[in-house]
Amino acid sequence: MIRVQTEDFDLGSELKKMTHKQTTVGGLCSFVGLVRDMAGDAEISAMTLEHYPGMTEKALAEIDAEACERWPLQATLIIHRFGRLVPGDQIVLVAAASAHREAAFEACHFLIDWLKTKAPFWKLEATADGGKWVDARDSDQSAARRWLQTEKDKPTNKDAAE
Amino acid sequence: MKVLYFASVRETIGIPEEEIELLDGMSTVRELMTWLKQKDGTYERAFAEDALVRVAVNQEYVTLQHPISKDDEIAFFPPVTGG
Repeated sequence: MIRVQTEDFDLGSELKKMTHKQTTVGGLCSFVGLVRDMAGDAEISAMTLEHYPGMTEKALAEIDAEACERWPLQATLIIHRFGRLVPGDQIVLVAAASAHREAAFEACHFLIDWLKTKAPFWKLEATADGGKWVDARDSDQSAARRWLQTEKDKPTNKDAAE
Repeated sequence: MKVLYFASVRETIGIPEEEIELLDGMSTVRELMTWLKQKDGTYERAFAEDALVRVAVNQEYVTLQHPISKDDEIAFFPPVTGG
């Protein structure tokens, strides 16, 4: 499930809803992104998130569908906020539920890595020197690239045994 | 065509969206960008570095070589920074 909203979210109740009456779920993994108070040496007083209504929902649904195709998941959740936020505020929640922990951990990691490089959101930081658009980071690109690995690149049990 | 701008690109150009008539010689995203740059210096500044402009046609990422047609929704924006 995906949601794009200005309102805050409650982690506990969101996760509970995901596993409600889902007794096949053995592992639930979640990640929450928060607004930091510093960007490099500059102090941040607020952060405004802009997005592309329509494309955002489409991109998040595609990311969600891709995770469900790659791992056996019982439930997924992506919540991303937009509008004006202040340090300490929650920005994003991604979560994945599966029968076993490995799929839940990996899918959760995948969801946030792909979201960061594909979902059309932009951050504007308010500093003492005025507003500054956040630059995209190479480290986010390389984090996302790790999920592009082909099957033959991945270490497998078979390789280890040989 | 409906042309949308977001984030720093929107700020530089000064408007969030506009209607642009598809003209002869405007068959790809790159040709539309070239036409916009010639129209006004603000577009020239917004699109100064091709490598820092992302494009979506009908809400899907495309390259600058992607064809465009009159009913398309075309969006220009900087690399995304959500999450």
